[in-house]
Amino acid sequence: MKKTKTVNQRIRSIDGKGIMMGRAAYTDDVAPKEALVIKVLRSPHAFARIKSIDKSKAEALPGVEIVLTHEDFPRNPFTRAGQGYPEPSPHDKYALDDHVRYVGDEVACVAAHDEETAEAALKLLEVDYEIKEPVLDFEKAKGHASIIHAEEGIHEMFPIGFEPEKNVAAAYHMEVDDVEKRLAESEVTVTSSFYTQAQSHTALEPHTVNARLDYQDRLVLYSATQTPFHVRRILSQALEIPLNKIRVIKPRVGGGFGGKQAIHGEMLAAMVTMKTKKPSRLTYTRKEVFEATYTRHPMRIDMRLGATKDGRITAIDCYGLSDTGAYGEHALTVFMVTGSKVLPLYNKVDAVRFHGDVVYTNRVSSGAYRGYGAIQGNYALESAIDMLAEKLGMDPVELRQKNMIAEGETSPIFEIMGEGTEGTAMNMETCKLDHCVKRGMELIGYKDKFPRREIGNNKLRSVGMAIAMQGSGIPYIDMGAATIKLNDDGFYNLLVGATDIGQGSDTILAQIAAEELGVDVEKVVVYSSDTDLTPFDAGAYASSTTYVSGNAVWKAAKTMKKRLIEEAARSLGVEVEDIDFRGTSFKSKKDGEELSLSDLSNTLFYNDDQKQLSVTESYYGTKSPPPFMAGFVEIEIDKETCEYEVVDYVSVVDCGVTINPKLAQGQVEGGIVQGLGMAMTEDVKIAANGKLVTADFLNYKIPTGKDIRKLTTEFAASYEESGPYGAKSVGEIGIDTPPAAIANAVYNALGVRIKSLPITPEKIQAARMEKD
Amino acid sequence: MKIEMNINGRKRIFDIRPDELLADTLRRHDYTSVRKGCDTTSCGVCTILIDDEPVPSCAYLTVRAEGKKITTVEGIAEEAERLAGCFGDEGADQCGFCNPGIALSVHALKLSAKAPTEENIRHYLVGHLCRCSGYQSQVKAIRRYLGDTT
Repeated sequence: MKKTKTVNQRIRSIDGKGIMMGRAAYTDDVAPKEALVIKVLRSPHAFARIKSIDKSKAEALPGVEIVLTHEDFPRNPFTRAGQGYPEPSPHDKYALDDHVRYVGDEVACVAAHDEETAEAALKLLEVDYEIKEPVLDFEKAKGHASIIHAEEGIHEMFPIGFEPEKNVAAAYHMEVDDVEKRLAESEVTVTSSFYTQAQSHTALEPHTVNARLDYQDRLVLYSATQTPFHVRRILSQALEIPLNKIRVIKPRVGGGFGGKQAIHGEMLAAMVTMKTKKPSRLTYTRKEVFEATYTRHPMRIDMRLGATKDGRITAIDCYGLSDTGAYGEHALTVFMVTGSKVLPLYNKVDAVRFHGDVVYTNRVSSGAYRGYGAIQGNYALESAIDMLAEKLGMDPVELRQKNMIAEGETSPIFEIMGEGTEGTAMNMETCKLDHCVKRGMELIGYKDKFPRREIGNNKLRSVGMAIAMQGSGIPYIDMGAATIKLNDDGFYNLLVGATDIGQGSDTILAQIAAEELGVDVEKVVVYSSDTDLTPFDAGAYASSTTYVSGNAVWKAAKTMKKRLIEEAARSLGVEVEDIDFRGTSFKSKKDGEELSLSDLSNTLFYNDDQKQLSVTESYYGTKSPPPFMAGFVEIEIDKETCEYEVVDYVSVVDCGVTINPKLAQGQVEGGIVQGLGMAMTEDVKIAANGKLVTADFLNYKIPTGKDIRKLTTEFAASYEESGPYGAKSVGEIGIDTPPAAIANAVYNALGVRIKSLPITPEKIQAARMEKD
Repeated sequence: MKIEMNINGRKRIFDIRPDELLADTLRRHDYTSVRKGCDTTSCGVCTILIDDEPVPSCAYLTVRAEGKKITTVEGIAEEAERLAGCFGDEGADQCGFCNPGIALSVHALKLSAKAPTEENIRHYLVGHLCRCSGYQSQVKAIRRYLGDTT
């Protein structure tokens, strides 16, 4: 690897100071003061038809500007998923509909001069519902008498197994070789079902949007979104506003994690402003975020493994049933990732099968969430691997080392399974899993600590581990682009569609450009995610930004460098081959004459053959090199109460070269702690009538600063040739291992296998009683 | 009704409703560093100092602030800038929605304890939910900051 000055260096994020000092930055900070406040009437019923809405009393309330119901919207089905086009999600959602499909579904909205009036108006809306029988148990959804989507006009964009008459949003099946035959032949088998729960993203900034018409009479939306360009396209299609009349600007975003990939609120704000010609604003309450945005897809996963007596895994069968909730957003693609970014971990099998359904239920919609199916599959597979190791009488790490994917290898799954479509064959040009596992063992002290130690005071300490992989963008589908513009005095603008949602992409993209252009990061001024001003980017999802958007920036910087050298050669009267590019200056190899970048740029602006140097480059992946990791956890558990806590979580990660090691560490550690939340406490609960129980942070418990004692994070030396400066993506990989690692650690401590998340002391107690 | 407060060293008189919450009052008057994240005083992004004590302003009636000393992060700009440097060095700043509130709590911690331990810091952070960082980098950054200045 070439020595770098900016890339792979510890550089402070470019925006941290202004954000800490409280400067206005987020969507609600930039809302016009006079904007109408929008409030949404949400369904109290899990499933109902709206027979009528009497809005006369609400409209008559002084201060109410407009009340919108389904009758006020053009009837165009779309998906809120926020994906590329055509979407692999069914178009099964109307902006507002005459049916409500979960408690919290939108019925109507009010826009008023202030919040109090808007809320008072909601109470004056009289809705007559015809209540229908809800489907709340996802294992009974398929073929249920109650059909959640019986409306006209909804459709799939291409075959995804969409059968709404059976409550099936999507289905998938793939098989390599003959799984049943191989399992029958196996000397040792493990069969087990696992359940994963709904998890809430809980970005600290609630979903927020505001809309206005500008002086050119165009609709301008500021939105806390991960996908501004998709938002523009979907709004245009659903509301029949020409694309050229819409501008979407993403200000600073206070966390996303997949929850802001979708359209939430944008339709209503856009319609209110289009109809009233007045600015409007909509900020979800925390209750609305919990009740009416997204959760992770709950799943049941039936895992069957076959192996030889000496520990060669010969077959994996994975059946999944996924609950997409009321709408089919990300139904197929999350489900496929449960197979495609999990099963290739054990690539030496003779046969592998992945199949199952994604069903509708009358609960809040599931959607994209960091890990995107892989965390669910990882919990099932990596739990089952430990179960197999025990049956074989083998150390679980040794079993993994014997069977896991290695550098230079491939899996047939890569070619079979893509993002709702066929995949892309690829070899693992970088895969340091072997190192990650070995180093993780050292860091946790595996040899001394496995499986458990008594530490007195009725407590045990045990260890557990899991390995994981993810991806780097969606090959052949999602594109990112970057523009670099030279300014006088020799500094640059970097304009990217890439969406910084707090992960630090503005900083790392500036680092990539600065490295190639040989300048300090401050000389690269970043502006991102504005559909009028920046080039396109699919958005911040699918671990895309470092690899896809980063490659676009790298290409643009290389092209800019070429243009600069041409201009310097012309200016110095030599050939381009004679120019020694030094970033802030150019030196003629012929006569040693030097020209500073500052002088060159000033001359180009004001004095000689004047021109604006500006280049735009695009990139889409032709593969999606997976980051890999090994996660090892040490827990301390009370033998009586079964309460436990994390003593240390060791992560050893191969994400190629880290563009910014500290920010990459932040991605991993943030992911680990979200994964630990899912493993240990977080659980979106609904009551028998479909109403959400966990509607605030008091009832929905995410980890706090006191909950995790120690995180140990290291990166493997790795250089991915196809990535910018050797990088792969790192946004999601951290979240995958904690559920299985915790389950395995609990088993290693007390000998009980918890097969549903979260792993609570109550479940451990119950499992122990059952065992005795 | 009218209310008078001292905000960041400046006398301010606002026209308010009796049921108004201080977070809303402050945001309406462009103290946008005071953020709203949960409505149940659980998350900490609306933290301000009232007479140097950290308080979640989303559950504090504005009328109660009559005559009080209110500090938002703009009122401790130099400290916030130094803390931002420490956050930057530890990679602790991600989305940043919680950061102004944390800066104010850290300032209060510094005023209240001579040499805060890691335990003290983690205790203070319980009132500041963060979904991005995993907390460890924040703890390191705050230790670095307190070591630098106390």
